[in-house]
Amino acid sequence: MSLAEKILQGDIRAAARLMRHVDDGMPGAVEELKRLYPYTGKAYIVGVTGPPGAGKSTLTDKLIEAFRSKNLKVGVVAVDPTSPFSGGAILGDRIRMNRHATDPGVFIRSLGTRGHLGGLSNSANDVVHILDAMGMDVVIVETVGVGQDEVEIVRTAHTTLVVMVPGLGDDIQAIKAGILEIGDIFVVNKADRPDADRTARDLSIMVDMKERSADEWCPPVVMTVAQKSDGLDALVEQVEAHRTYLQAEERLQRHEEEKSRQRFSELLKERLFAQVFSRIDAEDRVKDIVQAVARRNIDPYTAVEEILKSHLR
Amino acid sequence: MAERTLRLLVAKPGLDGHDRGAKIVARAFRDAGFEVIYTGLRQTPEQIVGTAIQEDVDAVTLSILSGAHNTLFPRVVNLLREKGAGDIPVFGGGIIPEDDIPGLKEAGVMEIFTPGTSTEVIVQWVKDNIKPQA
Repeated sequence: MSLAEKILQGDIRAAARLMRHVDDGMPGAVEELKRLYPYTGKAYIVGVTGPPGAGKSTLTDKLIEAFRSKNLKVGVVAVDPTSPFSGGAILGDRIRMNRHATDPGVFIRSLGTRGHLGGLSNSANDVVHILDAMGMDVVIVETVGVGQDEVEIVRTAHTTLVVMVPGLGDDIQAIKAGILEIGDIFVVNKADRPDADRTARDLSIMVDMKERSADEWCPPVVMTVAQKSDGLDALVEQVEAHRTYLQAEERLQRHEEEKSRQRFSELLKERLFAQVFSRIDAEDRVKDIVQAVARRNIDPYTAVEEILKSHLR
Repeated sequence: MAERTLRLLVAKPGLDGHDRGAKIVARAFRDAGFEVIYTGLRQTPEQIVGTAIQEDVDAVTLSILSGAHNTLFPRVVNLLREKGAGDIPVFGGGIIPEDDIPGLKEAGVMEIFTPGTSTEVIVQWVKDNIKPQA
């Protein structure tokens, strides 16, 4: 029996194994993903992003609890950084959520970024698909601790939570481009610390500065102390409100289409490059082309155009 | 393309609250290029086995300083078998008397490292003995 068939029958080890194959880029994994794809698209995907130490894992732990109390099955993808030096990683997000390890309604998977920029790993979207096909009602994706520019999560998640903490910066930080543009909900965590009100106010002002049409979603700012579960009910309410918003007027469908467009172009780029490159590599032409460009015998634009002319008809 | 990364679970079962040793080993594994899933303190054998399965690790490393090793090691080994994951090897270390080691190995623990073992020795042992799951 294929891994995909086993997964659809509820085999946990098969699911964990396929995630491994996907993460390691094993050739057979794609065939299994193809078999699972028709069974995906049912899970609601919640992204949790923000700077290191903001409390993303603790918040995720509490969200698991909240969704479980509504009898929903919860999948979690938690991404931590891979060392650019050794290729190793310490994946420690589970420390905050491992009380759920024995709950059959919860499946948590840790991933290393493995050199991928953007806040996720190369495999993250496929791992989300596997959890989706396993029948998870909600999948929470926790990104690596992000700075300002790692915004890939918006293309994965339906609802993106940007988790901030008091004291990180002034109101100018709040109007810079980057992760503060992607929040569907802003969370000021550790709100029992001094200056929490100011952080929340800065974020609200930033949100208000953007012009929106009357029916457009206006990101709320929610204050939480995740460790004490303070503010969690309000947060879950806002997640549900955003879901209701997306479900209206075919927004969810447009979101899926946008996501699919991204995924399709990414794959096309990847595959086209791999195919063309492996052919010119097999013909042993790469070295010659590189030398010719370096010696200014040919410019890189013409070099690429010539390859495309001869290999894509 | 398909070069497999070794994934190891480092876990602290039972009630002792000291994880300096576990952290040092985890860090050595990271520097050796392995992916380490760390559970944090005070895990039950059930949590450890659940985690090992969900994370599809190549081995479970237990660190035990509490003296409960004769109970906890075999419990994890047996639970893995019960859950159909008996192929995941278990090894570990901690404050464990030499006299207890043969019994633990008999119970299915692959190797035991005692205090004073250098991290290089442990890393080399992992490289020689633990292979990525097929």
